[in-house]
Amino acid sequence: MDFTYDDEQQALREAVRGLVGKAYSDFESRRQAVKEDPGFDEKLWARLAEMGILGLPFREEDGGSGAGPVEVAIVAEEMGRVLAPEPFLTSVVLAGGIVSAGASPEQRAEILGALSGGESVLAFAHAEPGTRWVATAEGVTATQDGDTWTLSGVKEPVPHGARADQLVVSAKLPEGGTGLFLVDPSAAGTERTGYATHDGGRAARVAFDGAAGVPLGEAGADRTPTIAAVLDIARVMACNEAIGAMEVALRATTEYLKNRKQFGVPLNTFQALNFRAADMYVSLELAKSLTTWATMVIAGGQPDEMADAARRAALGVSRAGRHLGQEAIQLHGGIGMTAEYSIGSYTSHLTALDHLLGDGNFHLSTLVAGIGEYDEVDPLD
Amino acid sequence: MQLELSPEDAAFREEMREFFTTKVPQEIRTAVAERRELSKEQIVESQQILNAAGLAVPHWPVEHGGQDWSALRRHIWHEEMQRACVPLPLAFNASMVGPVIAQFGSDEIKERFLAKTANLDIWWSQGFSEPDAGSDLASLRTTAVRDGDEFVVNGQKTWTTLGQYGDWIFCLVRTDPDAKKQRGISFLLIDMTSPGLTVRPIELIDGGHEVNEVWFEDVRVPADNLVGELNHGWDYAKFLLGNERVGVAPVGATKRVLAQAKEYAGEQLKDPLTAARFAELENELLALELTALRVVANSADGKPHPASSVLKLKGTELQQAVSELVVDLAGPASWASGADDDSELAGWARRATPTYLNLRKASIYGGSNEIQRQIIAKTILGL
Repeated sequence: MDFTYDDEQQALREAVRGLVGKAYSDFESRRQAVKEDPGFDEKLWARLAEMGILGLPFREEDGGSGAGPVEVAIVAEEMGRVLAPEPFLTSVVLAGGIVSAGASPEQRAEILGALSGGESVLAFAHAEPGTRWVATAEGVTATQDGDTWTLSGVKEPVPHGARADQLVVSAKLPEGGTGLFLVDPSAAGTERTGYATHDGGRAARVAFDGAAGVPLGEAGADRTPTIAAVLDIARVMACNEAIGAMEVALRATTEYLKNRKQFGVPLNTFQALNFRAADMYVSLELAKSLTTWATMVIAGGQPDEMADAARRAALGVSRAGRHLGQEAIQLHGGIGMTAEYSIGSYTSHLTALDHLLGDGNFHLSTLVAGIGEYDEVDPLD
Repeated sequence: MQLELSPEDAAFREEMREFFTTKVPQEIRTAVAERRELSKEQIVESQQILNAAGLAVPHWPVEHGGQDWSALRRHIWHEEMQRACVPLPLAFNASMVGPVIAQFGSDEIKERFLAKTANLDIWWSQGFSEPDAGSDLASLRTTAVRDGDEFVVNGQKTWTTLGQYGDWIFCLVRTDPDAKKQRGISFLLIDMTSPGLTVRPIELIDGGHEVNEVWFEDVRVPADNLVGELNHGWDYAKFLLGNERVGVAPVGATKRVLAQAKEYAGEQLKDPLTAARFAELENELLALELTALRVVANSADGKPHPASSVLKLKGTELQQAVSELVVDLAGPASWASGADDDSELAGWARRATPTYLNLRKASIYGGSNEIQRQIIAKTILGL
């Protein structure tokens, strides 16, 4: 077992850090980027496409570069470090991942080619009011009439749903099960209402009223396993993004403790504060270990193992993210509450990531359900 | 990055597993599994079996019985021993005094002590802590005054673990009272049968006799028993304590106890709160085990990884948390700690509370967890 990056992976990290890290080297540029719709920098998105970052996870024949989960994780972590608002996780990893796993070869080449090239932003419309992180759809239903399919119902929140050029929609099939459809959001029967999320991200309510949907891949097939598998991958990449954010939040906090004076002395004169920072480091390192391991399990590609590893990483990162996020603000004191200063946004984004694909308690309850079926957890077997 | 062990390392793991589960007597391993106290003879027998196969002191220099293993193989060796319920080689010998002698001792001292130390022919005790020098070890006051070819030692050591079995004790003694705290300390080897040396038991909250006070009244020690240079003992102690933190997270043993606890739990595992405690602890142990592997994968040139403080801190917290879970599983049966084997109550339940109480020590010894936090804050975070 080896947790180290090879030279190419190091180079990828440097390249992404060079581009994204530079674009958001000061927090004010990130604030500007999230101020106006679409909530990210389209020019930076185009440059990510030029660098091949947007096509990283996809097959070469689909317009991607065929890289593995470790490379995708490296990008996610770098995005997390600067809270880059570009929708790499939701558009590329999640929505692109669904297309990559579930579409026909022709659909893949067309959709993923445009996504990789930065010409099209994709959104996965899956979450529904009243459901919590399931792999199935209930509230949006698909109706078949000959070869044509129409969708009705509401999806919300849909990450970047208002900006998306194309929607990938999960819907309940007439015969049961959950199907996947492509929807052109400008066509009749689709209504989108976009809004900003608390962390500067973007989401939308998307209502379908007899909107035309093109089956993604095989028509009428239950795609629940595909959705579940891609959610697992996206979960682990969200963990990587969170690790990047936590690392920077911890560093900002320790810098603050060294520089900020109270009672005439720097805050790091007070052992109580240093110990809390040390505990943050412990949480971060443990979460990082789980996340890196889960990334390697995803690379291994065994569905059962992937699901288990995703749950375990998500549980660890959820706990760690809350711990670090809350302590980061507390140790900063009042300035941690202000929007001009970055640290609160880190906590806000960690909270958003925590609730994107299932929080710690959600994953814990799944783990608890299987607790009697094995005697111990062994990452080496 | 790769997830699997290499075929060679996987084979090594199998080899270790095979050895530990077939060569070390079942009776000894059962005693460990049931958390019973081992006799001195059992500990010695087990270590001698390991030593005969070159498995007692693999981290020592090769010329003194060590193995030229990678950090990963040492990790596997350590984990598999715990998994197989094999008592770990006596830490005072294998991890503490042995490496110090091998690194800093004269040829004569190496010749006299190393082979016997590896084979547990000599049982070493540790004489570091004193009543007023715990975490602040450099405050120690036991003195050694040169008198001809001998040192005359006076003072008191405490928390001397298993000192009742000790043949020899390695001590930090003050040899220059005028020097600053850390200077003026020497590392001295003392025969515990020397006149003037007394060992007195300290009774602990678990009812067992594990630690002792050791008193020195004009104990005469040959000057040849000095390790390294006079007044440089603090350097050797730091070297020793650095070693001690490596492998200090008892991941394998804690995992084993947690797996056993599932059996103890039985129907209680259907209680959602109990099941959630298991799942959380399993996940934290997984994170810890993976962190240990990360440290191993990144530990170049044999230096301890800075994150090894995380292993000590979190490893002992989880060890304690699992022992707490076991007490809770035992419930009312945990009262029967004084019952003998005729009791109607299971042995694990009767031993649950003494074990839980005994393990409160884990966050205190080996550099208390507050010291570990201090190390993380200072050396890793730069605070």
